[in-house]
Amino acid sequence: MTWVNAVVHGILLGGYYALLATGLSLMFGVMRIINLAHGSLALVGAYMTFLVAEHADVSTYVALVPVLAGALLIGYALQRTMLERSLRSGELVPLLATFGLLIVIANVLQRAFSPDVRSLSAGSIGTASWRLTSSLTISWFDVLVLGIAIVVLVGLQLLLVHTQAGRELRATAADPDTAELLGVNSRAVYARAAAIAVATAALAGVFYAMRSNFDPSAGPTQLIYAFEAVIIGGIGSLWGTLVGGIVLGVAQTVGAQIDVQYFALAGHLVFLAVLTFRAIAQAGAFRSFGKVVA
Amino acid sequence: MTTTLLAVERIDSRHGLLQAVREVSLEIQEGETVALVGANGAGKTTLLRTIAGAHRPSGGRVLFAGEDVTGVPAYRRARLGIALVPEGRKLFPELTVEENLRVAAAARREGRWTVDEVLEAFPLLQPLRRKRAASLSGGEQQATAIGRALMTNPRLLLLDEVSLGLAPLAVEALYHAIEALVAGGTTILLVEQDLARAMRVAGRVICMLEGRLVLEGEAARLSREQVTDAYFGLRTGATAGGGGA
Repeated sequence: MTWVNAVVHGILLGGYYALLATGLSLMFGVMRIINLAHGSLALVGAYMTFLVAEHADVSTYVALVPVLAGALLIGYALQRTMLERSLRSGELVPLLATFGLLIVIANVLQRAFSPDVRSLSAGSIGTASWRLTSSLTISWFDVLVLGIAIVVLVGLQLLLVHTQAGRELRATAADPDTAELLGVNSRAVYARAAAIAVATAALAGVFYAMRSNFDPSAGPTQLIYAFEAVIIGGIGSLWGTLVGGIVLGVAQTVGAQIDVQYFALAGHLVFLAVLTFRAIAQAGAFRSFGKVVA
Repeated sequence: MTTTLLAVERIDSRHGLLQAVREVSLEIQEGETVALVGANGAGKTTLLRTIAGAHRPSGGRVLFAGEDVTGVPAYRRARLGIALVPEGRKLFPELTVEENLRVAAAARREGRWTVDEVLEAFPLLQPLRRKRAASLSGGEQQATAIGRALMTNPRLLLLDEVSLGLAPLAVEALYHAIEALVAGGTTILLVEQDLARAMRVAGRVICMLEGRLVLEGEAARLSREQVTDAYFGLRTGATAGGGGA
């Protein structure tokens, strides 16, 4: 029963990873930018929520509303100012630019908020849980996060498929030059995609801060988890991101069930196993292609 | 009275060190159909892309409906009414035929062309509406590419080698549709490798050679020999009729 418990918690944890990975996947899919500052931007969302909740004396959930609006603006401005310029200079420059941003964010947060460990209150839902059996309890908060992750993914999917903005986004992702010939302002499309990506990151960051303690150096770890979810699920697929998040979550909780120390390690191993399997499958495909040619 | 829709003034366009278009000037009147011919590498595609705003010229001006659009980005030119069907079709492969067409709503131009109108003009697309563009045949893709450009309701339609790589029957069907557009009064500048076809569909023929404009005239008044001579860079008169093509 403890194993069932581990798997169920892994699935729920996967909802958080999927939410965290969505923006990373979106920015790579649309602009081919690997945003190394993604985890740090999630953390910025957590700190902004902390500030708003503290100063306006409101609950974390209320504070989320202005923070998400702010995150949209930050994403838009980030693309228009920094990322757009770096994209023009070649593929590697955005990677370096976002790496720089990661360091800047960590230092600014350190300076503004001190290295102290903080946490955000999840309210009464944070401690409420649903006891199924003596060894299996489900936290309402975890269910809420998974539910919101699914709502965000479904919402994005609907946006991409059924709206003009979504069609323009997919067309620009495929071929920005041709999209321009049809009247699509690709720079504006990129900025919109970055706005959505940073907003989902901030949302995930707030959930992270409600789930556990956070400090200014937590960004890179969250980036790695987001990366692993994206790679496991397959790049550019929203549903793949959900599957990838869940696989990562289950690997971690099952690993932790064996030994608490194996939590992160088990996730990394599954990630490496998926990468290796992909590489072998691809090499196999090339070999059989070679046979056809010969 | 005809009005000048497009005026290209002494345009120079480069690809790095290579000068693809040299001091080309031309004018197109509203409602005209002009064929741009020339050998591979003569600069036809670059000229078309320069007019559409996809390529920045290194000198000269492009005027559209009397307005200088030389520094205007491609997406704003599309909104002004310039549509280019690029060489190689360039459909969005993962989008369906209908989605490809609907992307052009970004040009925000009202007019005759809607999804239903395009499907009526290209009946072969009707059963393919919900198919991914990547799964279409060459002729079907080309029809979608032209339909997509029409969806911007352009005042000027630029067609770059639309018959390239298509089966003869598909080319027939395509030109049937283009002739209907010409009859409907759409202003068209088209690049075509097939000289006979170009001279049949167009009112005026312009020939480029090594980036320069070398011959221009009414299709009905030009002989095939004159055009082939210009096409291959043989001096008219000295080797009249000696094109040998």
